[in-house]
Formats: sequence, C-alpha cells, structure tokens
Amino acid sequence: MIAIDIKNLNKSYENGLKALKNINLSVKSGEIFALLGPNGAGKSTLINIICGISKKTSGQVTIFGKDNILDYKFTRSKIGLVPQEIATDSFEKVINTLKFSRGLFNKVQSDEYLDFILKSLNLVTKKNNQIRTLSGGMKRRVMIAKALSHEPKILFLDEPTAGVDVNLRKTLWNFLNKLKKNGVTIFLTTHYIEEAENIADRIGIINNGEIIITENKKKLIEKLGEKKIIITINSSHNNIAYITKKYQLKKNKNKLSYIYNSKKNVDLSASLLSDLVKSSIKIDDIEIEKSNLEEIFLNMVEK
Amino acid sequence: MNLRGIFAIYHFEMSRMFRTVSQSIASPVLSTALYFIVFGSAIGSKIENIEGINYTSFLVPGLIMLTILNQSVSNASFGIYFPKFSGTIYEILSAPISPIEITCGYVLAAASKSVLVGLIILMTSTFFIEITVLHPFWMLLFLILMSITFSLFGFIIGIWANDFQKIQLIPSFILTPLTFLGGSFYSIGMLPDFWQKISYINPIVYLISSFRWSFYGNSDVSVVVSISATLFFLVLCMVFVSWIFKTGYKIKA
Repeated sequence: MIAIDIKNLNKSYENGLKALKNINLSVKSGEIFALLGPNGAGKSTLINIICGISKKTSGQVTIFGKDNILDYKFTRSKIGLVPQEIATDSFEKVINTLKFSRGLFNKVQSDEYLDFILKSLNLVTKKNNQIRTLSGGMKRRVMIAKALSHEPKILFLDEPTAGVDVNLRKTLWNFLNKLKKNGVTIFLTTHYIEEAENIADRIGIINNGEIIITENKKKLIEKLGEKKIIITINSSHNNIAYITKKYQLKKNKNKLSYIYNSKKNVDLSASLLSDLVKSSIKIDDIEIEKSNLEEIFLNMVEK
Repeated sequence: MNLRGIFAIYHFEMSRMFRTVSQSIASPVLSTALYFIVFGSAIGSKIENIEGINYTSFLVPGLIMLTILNQSVSNASFGIYFPKFSGTIYEILSAPISPIEITCGYVLAAASKSVLVGLIILMTSTFFIEITVLHPFWMLLFLILMSITFSLFGFIIGIWANDFQKIQLIPSFILTPLTFLGGSFYSIGMLPDFWQKISYINPIVYLISSFRWSFYGNSDVSVVVSISATLFFLVLCMVFVSWIFKTGYKIKA
C-alpha cells in the first residue's frame, strides 16, 4: 500500500525562487525512506507541504490515497511531524505538552500510551519537568514524543539527529526500527549519510529542488557505487605492463588497483584475475572496497 | 468537529494565564483599583453627578470596558503571535484542526480571561462604591460579546504582527485613545456639539454606552444601535479571520 504519493509537485516563491521542481515520489507503507540533500535543496519544503505547513504551487500530495488538502483532517491525523528546529513551549511540563499534542489531534487522552512513549524515549523520569530544564538531546526526544503522541501511521523527521550525540543517535535509530516493525512509515531527511545508510530501506537524493534519484539503498550503492579491487602481487612479470594497460590498473609498488563502475564499464575483475593466474603471477592478497553512500551522494550533487 | 483540539488550545492558553497570574489578573486589577482611587475617590468627589449617577459609580462600566478591551486584544494577539515567534505554530498547522476550530480555541480562551478579569474588577469596585446592576443578564451578555469581538480583533493583530512592537502598535495608538475618547470617564453628552458628532464615529462609544446602560439604564446612544455596531464588528472580524486562513496570510509560506 502506498502511504505517501506525490505527483508533479511544484513550489515557487513570490521572489521567483523555485524550491521544488516537478517532484514525483511514492513511499510504501511500513518503509523507512531517507531523503538526502544539501542545505537549501528543498527537503524541508517538501515535508512542510506534505504536512500542511506550506502551500504548494501545483501538483498533488495524497496520504493513503486521500488528497492532503481536500481531506486534510484525515491525512493530518495519520501524520506525526518532528521539525528541524527544536520548537517547544519552554515553561510547559513534558507530560502536559504531550497531552496538548494528543488533544490537538483529536485523540482521547491516554496516560498509558503517553507513559509508553516516554519510557521508549527514556524520558519517563523527566515527565513532570519543565521543558526548559532539559538538555538539547532531551528536547529533541520530547519533539519526537510529541509527534508520536497521537499514534501516527507516518512519521516525518526533518533532520532528527542534527546536533545529537552518537549514543542518542543510535538509540533513536533503534527506536525508529521498532516503530517500523509496528507498521509506521518513516520519512526522514538527513545530512548524515551514515544515518540513511544504517536505517533507510529506500533513499532519495534531492538537489536544487529536483529529485535526482530514488532507489532501494542496497541497489543504489550497487548501481552507482564504484568497486575497487586491490590486488597485492608477490612477484613481477613481463606481462604486468600489458595487464596494467589492458585493465587500466593503477600500480603502486606491488599493489594493483582495479576500479569498476557499473554505470561506466563492464566488470572485468574475473578476467583480470584469470590473466594474472595465467601469467603465473603470484597473488598475496585481494581486497574489495565498495564506495559508500557519502561518496555516491557527493558525486551526484556535485555534478 | 475537533472538539478535543479546541479544548487543547483553550486549556493550554488558560494554563498560561494561571502560570502568570500576576501579569494576567493582578496587574489589571491593580490598575483599575488605582483608577478608582485617583479618578473616583480623589477627583470624583469634586465632580457633580452625571445623568443622576455618582461619578465613581459612573466610572465602573467604563473602566471594566477599558480593561476588557485591552485584555482581550493583548491576550489573543499574544496567544497566536507567540507560537509564530517560537516556531511551535508548526504543530497547530499540521494538526487535523480547521481554521475555525483554531480560532475558537484561542479566541474563547482570550475572551474567558477577559470576562474573568472584568468580573474581578466589578467585585473590586464594590470595595470603593456600592454597585447596582439594573440589567445583569445584558451586562453579562455585553461583557461576553465584547470580549469575544475584541479577542477576535486581537487574534487578527497577532497574525498580522511579525514582531513584538507591532503587537503593541494598534492597542497603544488606536485602541487606547479610542477607549479614552469613547466615554470611559465621561458622558458623550458632556461634550460640545461638534465633538459629540465626532465621537459618534468612534465605535467604542457604542460599546461603552450599551454596557453602561446595562448598569444604570442610561445610554448616550440607542442600545439597539450599540448591539448592532458590536455584532457588525464581530462579523467583520470573523470574515477577516476566515480570509486569513483561506489565503494562509502571514501563516503559511
């Protein structure tokens, strides 16, 4: 089932800036989708339009098949949003701000459920504290708890771990995975490639208001990533010069590097190894390095 | 209808009032008590009865009206402006709550605070002078109606304002002068003919006049005209608020 469906979405500002250009995107129910992009790429604008905070210029957004403007009460009731900036009522107590959020979404108050959320986010001891007394990381967790207070089916997280320490980041990743297991669809934007690489099922890359690619994470790395095979040889041979030229290898002392990019060339690694063996060149070691998402991301947005 | 959503906003706003009791309740009550002491007891004793009413008693409806108009506008404008300023407005905008429901939450809370303050001032005034309310039902109705109307007006100011200075702009430079010149401290009939005619342009005259009528049965203008003027202003504010939400003016990028 499609949770979020975006068709031909455009957003232009009065000053002529085109923040989003013909966005087409679908996110399946129960999926973790990560949208990567540099600052100003349009990530937050896209989330804000889906959630009803910003107006679109043209196009359509549907949530579980319902238009997010015509059926906004239905669509918004399914969505929880954690915005990029920490925005809370500093003088409010943690539990009261959760009750406020739950009420706003027309849900009957449930101390049991709110306690469950507080426990899941390690906030239970801070339940009766004013928000202003909490640390930055705890405030971030309060924001997540608020977004979950009405039991949403889709959770939007706009840079959820910005400025959060490594431990908390990992705790949040585990928590997001638990939510996913409970059937919650997660749409997150992030600057941290590691984050997307760790928790996302599918990844989209946005730059200058355009979605460049959306792909299953593993496939994306396979499709666009480079594979580097480093072969350490034990002996030299007359044939080395020929093999180096044939496979365009880089030679550094006794290490031969073969770089394969599925977009640009055919994988000749098997043939290379066969030629080395046929030439009686003794191989000491073979290392395979795959490019990570960060390299792919930089490669795409810097084009 | 998202009644829980309306109540959540209402409850949040009322809690804010009780958190800041000195600012929300004590301050207006103290100011009004000072008005009674200075204008009522000190200066008032030297002023003749107005339309057969003792001057200190004459002051009571005007002072209540002066306070509730200011309180309604400041409570409602701050109520909606602060979430815009702090960024917490995102939650309201992304919730399944309609513009009219949002307005109801904020305006009803601001109006409740004003009615509460108005009634506290009325009680405070009994320490200074004996008060009789000739038409208590109408007095309460006017108090509620005007609190709602000016809370709506304040709500519009809060949406329009993009800094704290603008929140004070209209109350300080328009509302307060109009209230002072609208017969809070005197009867319009005391003015020369020319200024009387000018005063009738001031909408606040109609509000104070009808409110004073509910106390003493005397009014500068017809009660029907006063009620019509109040309702007209109420409808005007409602139309403006619905336009704001329809267009997303100053709320949605």
